[in-house]
Amino acid sequence: MSRTGNQQQLETFAYDDKVVKQFSLATIVWGGIAFLVGILAALQLADWHLNFGISWLTFGRLRPLHTNAAIFAFGGNAIFAGIYYSTQRLCKARMFSDLLSKIHFWGWQLIIVAAAITLPLGISQSKEYAELEWPIDIAITVIWVVFAVNFFGTLWRRRERHMYVALWFYIATIITVAVLHIVNAIEIPVSWYQSYPVYAGVQDALVQWWYGHNAVAFFLTTPFLGLMYYFLPKAANRPVYSYRLSIIHFWSLVFIYIWAGPHHLLYTALPDWAQTLGMVFSVMLLAPSWGGMINGLLTLRGSWDKVRSEPVLKFMATAITFYGMATFEGPLLSIKSVSALGHYTDWIIAHVHGGTLGWNGFLTFGMLYYLVPKLYKTELYSKKLANIHFWIGTVGILLYIISMWTSGIT
Amino acid sequence: MNIIYFLLPLALFLGCGFAFAFVISSRRGQFDDLETPAHRILIDEENKRKGPLA
Repeated sequence: MSRTGNQQQLETFAYDDKVVKQFSLATIVWGGIAFLVGILAALQLADWHLNFGISWLTFGRLRPLHTNAAIFAFGGNAIFAGIYYSTQRLCKARMFSDLLSKIHFWGWQLIIVAAAITLPLGISQSKEYAELEWPIDIAITVIWVVFAVNFFGTLWRRRERHMYVALWFYIATIITVAVLHIVNAIEIPVSWYQSYPVYAGVQDALVQWWYGHNAVAFFLTTPFLGLMYYFLPKAANRPVYSYRLSIIHFWSLVFIYIWAGPHHLLYTALPDWAQTLGMVFSVMLLAPSWGGMINGLLTLRGSWDKVRSEPVLKFMATAITFYGMATFEGPLLSIKSVSALGHYTDWIIAHVHGGTLGWNGFLTFGMLYYLVPKLYKTELYSKKLANIHFWIGTVGILLYIISMWTSGIT
Repeated sequence: MNIIYFLLPLALFLGCGFAFAFVISSRRGQFDDLETPAHRILIDEENKRKGPLA
């Protein structure tokens, strides 16, 4: 730039990586806790004495603690770490407000702590993945709005005209989770620790599973797909196989997903047409889901040699493979006659863990192995350990789901 | 099943919202170029400079 003529200042800005570091660390800490609680719950299935006669540690209370910790503490913090990192880079802008970032981080951790205290005490709404009582529900809503304002503010102030496909996945996540959470949490409090849903009977069940399945869709699928579309190309250093396909993937997924919930209520008091509707949309989901999986795997074409040596890519490639498995199994299980075989058996637990551990867990690990050395401007401590991590994880998940499949269908 | 009179419009509202977002962003040319954005994200221009920036 010439000093004499041009009066314009060169605009400079810096990304906020502190909040990304905080969310990454929280992911690792809560992940460890979520897995430990899961192990204890699993051991109790083998021998109930392992609740040590303490009511706080009984299976019925540990199980929601495990699911909430795995999804909202481990998964949630991972999503936020990835979104805060990639959104700033995709928008070429710092997050809208450092204060909102801070409130989001600490607010979310407080919510997790509140969950970790209330669930073992038996304070629960007994709605799956929505167990937390109404004061915590309100806190979740407030913090989610803080996140939304921070995100959309950043989007508004972006310096890049085009919104990369990952941003669209984040937008869908933020809007839909807000709607789902609020509608399913409309309840009448009778005390600080107790409330009743405004819906009754099968109507409550329909709202609950409309929420429940879309929590899988918009908390465990769309945000992680956004992360995949950002971190996989970055880690492999090559563009996504088909950008056009990623756009189609996004729009078809968001239009179809919202109707799939009733497949959780097959052969119940729910009207037959609603069951069939849920089943049809669930089967249709196979197409966009596999479109996304194929797009992810084909991004790695020509660099499979790197997958062999890079733990980051190893984790991500395996995660996408598990995504493909889980999204094949899901539509299959939603077919009424298959559901009659699988429902209420260990097959469902296998399906869920193939998705959360295999897809969400491994994508998170891949992302963290990519992110942490970058954030701290250093090298990975030990690639060998990362490889051991990968193999123990992969073999463990396979042993888990194969044994559960077997016990489920035999 | 009165709940359906709430859930159905809500789902339609969400669906229409997304359709609206698609049409608007499509008209504004967000999807005109489906090739270079995939490449552009691979280029990072991170500043090595330390200290506060404006």
